[in-house]
Amino acid sequence: MSQPQTQARNQGAAIIELARVNKWYGQFHVLRDIDLQVGKGERIVVCGPSGSGKSTMIRCVNALEEHQRGRIVVNGTELTRDLKKIDQVRRDCGMVFQQFNLFPHLSVLENLCLAPIWVRKTPRKEAEETAMRYLERVQIAEQAHKFPNQLSGGQQQRVAIARALCMNPEIMLFDEPTSALDPEMIKEVLDVMVGLAEEGMTMVCVTHEMGFARSVADRIVFMDKGEIVEIGTPQEFFHAPKSDRTRLFLSQILNH
Amino acid sequence: MTVLADPTPTAAPRDRIGVVEWLRTRLFSSVGNTILTLATILLLWFALPPIANWFVFDAVWWAAPPEVCRAAQGACWAMIHEKHRLIIFGRYPYAEHWRPLIAMLVLIGLIGASTHRPFWRRELFAAWGAGLLVMAVLMWGGIFGLTFVETTLWGGLPLTLILTTVGIAVAFPWGVLLALGRQSQMPIIRTLSIVYIELIRGVPLISLLFMASFMFPLFMPSGVQISSLLRAQVAIILFAGAYLAEVVRGGLQAVPRGQVEAARSLGLGYWPTMWKIVLPQAIRMVIPGIVNSFISTFKDTSLVAIVSLTDLMLAARQAVGDPEWRAFGIEGYVFIGLIYLIFCYLMSRYSQRLEVQLNTGRKR
Repeated sequence: MSQPQTQARNQGAAIIELARVNKWYGQFHVLRDIDLQVGKGERIVVCGPSGSGKSTMIRCVNALEEHQRGRIVVNGTELTRDLKKIDQVRRDCGMVFQQFNLFPHLSVLENLCLAPIWVRKTPRKEAEETAMRYLERVQIAEQAHKFPNQLSGGQQQRVAIARALCMNPEIMLFDEPTSALDPEMIKEVLDVMVGLAEEGMTMVCVTHEMGFARSVADRIVFMDKGEIVEIGTPQEFFHAPKSDRTRLFLSQILNH
Repeated sequence: MTVLADPTPTAAPRDRIGVVEWLRTRLFSSVGNTILTLATILLLWFALPPIANWFVFDAVWWAAPPEVCRAAQGACWAMIHEKHRLIIFGRYPYAEHWRPLIAMLVLIGLIGASTHRPFWRRELFAAWGAGLLVMAVLMWGGIFGLTFVETTLWGGLPLTLILTTVGIAVAFPWGVLLALGRQSQMPIIRTLSIVYIELIRGVPLISLLFMASFMFPLFMPSGVQISSLLRAQVAIILFAGAYLAEVVRGGLQAVPRGQVEAARSLGLGYWPTMWKIVLPQAIRMVIPGIVNSFISTFKDTSLVAIVSLTDLMLAARQAVGDPEWRAFGIEGYVFIGLIYLIFCYLMSRYSQRLEVQLNTGRKR
């Protein structure tokens, strides 16, 4: 099998670099020789069948999971066991989770202000102003003083995106951001993500939303059984897939 | 676009029912239920009058010599009238009882204020500091013309309340640290926490109190004296901390993993993650268990009698030991039982109120 193409094309220098990254859960080889470079401002969509390792890969990028072999460099910082470096990478990456993971005991505004105040030592007033600006941007400013459980799923996920943005990250990681949402709420979240992409944010999205992948992604990464099978532009990926595994996957998700 | 009218709401069926209906459905709904109801009524019919007679109608309510009580059929509350100061203040010098009384009122006032959430501000800490200082001055004396009273003479309810309050105030943060330690990634911290918790939980409090009183001094350099009150206090803290640690650990495990991941992905370090995200959620989930531990600690302080500290329990036993009033021990124990009950009930009520108040994030 030929090595998938790994160069970031038509983009600046790589801001995320994964080189021969391997990870095991006990005996289970969950990531196999992952090579991937993401350029600054590039939008990557990662897809693949469940259990293919795509969430594990994106979680390795900000060290929520530890990789056991290989190299991960994020915005010039190589991830090692050094906690300082891990913290640095986490400050550079915002992350949005499938289950939103908002803090239920804090109001929406407090959810947004917590990290700027505690990590960046931003004065509260300034942090709240920034938070309100981002809440307006995800069109949810009027909910600022509610608690997460009082919001719909779509609203919660938009709050989660705003929360990540408040830390002013260089990169946004999305781990299946719409998979836990009711169908009528998916669009409001995707709209926010499209807006982010248009502003030039570097994004890595694990998602099954093929419409989003087609219209927003610069490149699509297809993973199966812990390895990257194919990387290509949406055009190549949807219309001229190189591998049989990709064709099988596409036929399964596009013809249901 | 057409405007869709909301469907007209219909009223929910009334769930109020009449007295007869209530009786029929709640008390006589089946043969078994009817038998139970009748049996209960019968039991109360026979049990209540003697109880009421002993407590109230045949009791000696006013101050009276023991002979009057012996003649009476019911309870001898005259005994409480006679002995209440000994029971409540123990062996503290009789003429100075006003001092522990004020100290106790200050303590109860501070606790009362602390249960009121709008008071949870910096000033409350200052109030506690000042209050504890006032209490120390009152209890020990030795300055401002107050005679010095050593801790071996402290006793009764003030002693019980001090042991409980200090015990809980120190054991709670200690227990939280132990719970975090038990979940730590660092093997040494984790092992130490587990060994501590299992060791302390594995022995009765009495044995800890004995060790604190009799063995601990053997390890101390000669000349170093630590009062038996302090040693008992430390034993209570060590003991309560181990139990609280396990209660808090239950809460820690109930906080979803995603909460920590979200906090970490935002760049929060270990302590801010625990302090701002995990502990607030963990602790409010285990409030019933925590209060349960507090109540146990309160009642467990009665065991300090074993190392000759005259807490409320021992004070009552000593009061009952007076030969003249020996026949009326039950009244003494009912009296302190009532005091324990009141405090425990208040703690229980407070925990329920706190649960409702802290539930804001979960309400729709």
